[in-house]
Amino acid sequence: MAIDTSSIQFENDEIMRSAWGDDGAIACCVSPMLVGKQMQFFGARANLAKCLLYAINGGRDEVNGKQVGPEEEPVEGECLDFEDVVTRFDRMMDWLAGVYVNALNVIHYMHDKYAYERLEMALHDYAPIRTMACGIAGLSVVADSLSAIKHAKVRVVRDDTGLVIDYQTEGNFPMFGNNDNRVDQIATWVVGSFMSKIRKHPTYRNALHTQSILTITSNVVYGKATGNTPDGRRQGEPFAPGANPMHGRDKIGIHASAASVAKIPYRDAQDGISLTTTLVPTGLGRTAEERVTNLTAMLDAFFGVTGYHMNINVLNRDTLLDAIDHPEKYPSLTIRVSGYAVNFVRLTREQQMDVINRTFHGA
Amino acid sequence: MTATASGRPSGLTTLTAKDPFELRVGLGEEVPEQTVREALASGDMGFVHSFTTGSTVDGPGVRVVAWTTGCMWRCRYCHNPDTWALKNGFPVSLKRATEEVRKYRHGLRVMAGGFTLSGGEPLMQHHFSMKLLAAVKAMGVHTTIETNGFFGDRVSDAEIANIDLVMLGIKSWNPERHKDLTGQDIAPTLAFARRLAHLRKPVWVRFVLTPGLTDDPEDMARSAEFAADLGNVERVEVLPFHQLGRYKWRRLGLEYTLADTLPPTEEETARACAVWRAAGLNVV
Repeated sequence: MAIDTSSIQFENDEIMRSAWGDDGAIACCVSPMLVGKQMQFFGARANLAKCLLYAINGGRDEVNGKQVGPEEEPVEGECLDFEDVVTRFDRMMDWLAGVYVNALNVIHYMHDKYAYERLEMALHDYAPIRTMACGIAGLSVVADSLSAIKHAKVRVVRDDTGLVIDYQTEGNFPMFGNNDNRVDQIATWVVGSFMSKIRKHPTYRNALHTQSILTITSNVVYGKATGNTPDGRRQGEPFAPGANPMHGRDKIGIHASAASVAKIPYRDAQDGISLTTTLVPTGLGRTAEERVTNLTAMLDAFFGVTGYHMNINVLNRDTLLDAIDHPEKYPSLTIRVSGYAVNFVRLTREQQMDVINRTFHGA
Repeated sequence: MTATASGRPSGLTTLTAKDPFELRVGLGEEVPEQTVREALASGDMGFVHSFTTGSTVDGPGVRVVAWTTGCMWRCRYCHNPDTWALKNGFPVSLKRATEEVRKYRHGLRVMAGGFTLSGGEPLMQHHFSMKLLAAVKAMGVHTTIETNGFFGDRVSDAEIANIDLVMLGIKSWNPERHKDLTGQDIAPTLAFARRLAHLRKPVWVRFVLTPGLTDDPEDMARSAEFAADLGNVERVEVLPFHQLGRYKWRRLGLEYTLADTLPPTEEETARACAVWRAAGLNVV
């Protein structure tokens, strides 16, 4: 069905049950809920990549230079020091978590005051469980940036006002999505750390703090508003969706990138952790039967290692043409050419056209 | 500025991985000759072009695949000529390679997959290849080798016992055509095929269908007949020729004789499959 329609998402019932019991169901996008007994204060996402840049710049915005966060001495010296940046980032996340939860409290208080959803709430049991569903955008950018600072040499480039506006990275560093603990642990730390900071702040109506690593389109919008990052991402470039590795950086296939994402503990992201993957049917095996077997096997393996959510996009010729111009929209797109499975977005344009013409024979 | 892992690997610790379709040259250039000779003799270090996870087209189930460098054939339709030279691959220790596969062993079992060693030609580094396959087999993971069989006599029966499936390339039945196509004789490959049959080792035959080069029905029929008579060929994969390797020939400054060859049409591929199927083989 997923192969034919591209419209099925898969979630891990086993993990959901551990947090919400047997009656859990998907209420919105990826978020699980006890239907009829629970409601969610929607909390959008916090841009942690920008938070990292604020930490480096002492609270100044890297795009317009204004003092937005708490004023601190910006980083000194030519190269970034991992311990120093992590300490600053930790402080900046403290500040951001406070501003974030407070803003959500105000929003939902005012929302209830002026547009309380009486009808919807009438359908719920008395005293529902309320969650304050926070979220993170730009996780893989932050993880890769911190990894670059730790494992490679990152020089800063400042403008006339001393603002760090760019980074020059020398050497290799492990990147999120390659099942490499040296960076996957950084991602896990970021998620756990931000969650614990959010939990420190009281919520409107004592809602339960939760967090998602899930984006629908905000990864594009937030990316647009965020300057150059130490991982080599350029200003304005979209973040990867949800918990995905940055596109093109997960270099060893879906098994490895899914393993990286599955390491993020659900207890620190109970509103959902989302992995999006893209494929064309022939990328799954030689015969229709094998494609079904292989896809279900991949899902079993992902959920077996506590993966939470997988979006499977199945492509046709038009979307593949679109992937040439917008590689960021098609993470981990693997296609099959004769005996080969290849990552489509990393082929040259000539090869991509070749592939399209042969993948969709007569289509 | 770049922040990619495309630079030169720093020693044996960096196990970077890329698509098999990315051109890779000279990654092992800095390794001294003496070390290369020792590595080839001991098998404790190998040269690897690339590796990937989640492959569904390199053997049964969902697999981890590693492509070694070094090949003694010069197939005219080769789509990865950068795997010919040993030193185009990056050096990796046997231990490191084993640990990398170990990370995936549970998933590979769940996915009814396994580990496939391809190339290049993995038997060019047969000590490394056999040690790696033995280590992977010991983890309880299904093992597959993809080979042209030319150096089949380099491996012992005991070593073959650590391989669950052999994917054997059969290029052409006609000895002259085979020589023209690959630069080498077909006899060792056929001898290895017979030996595998004798050992009752499961084999998948891989055949590249190239218009004007390997698509002679008579030639295919003879290969098919041979494969069918072996009795251990579980499946034949007819792989239509493609041009994704063209830029590599160009970039490496090699003379590519198939620059204008078109991939076979769907009908041509179906006809070729029918020839193999007529011998009673399972063709996909």
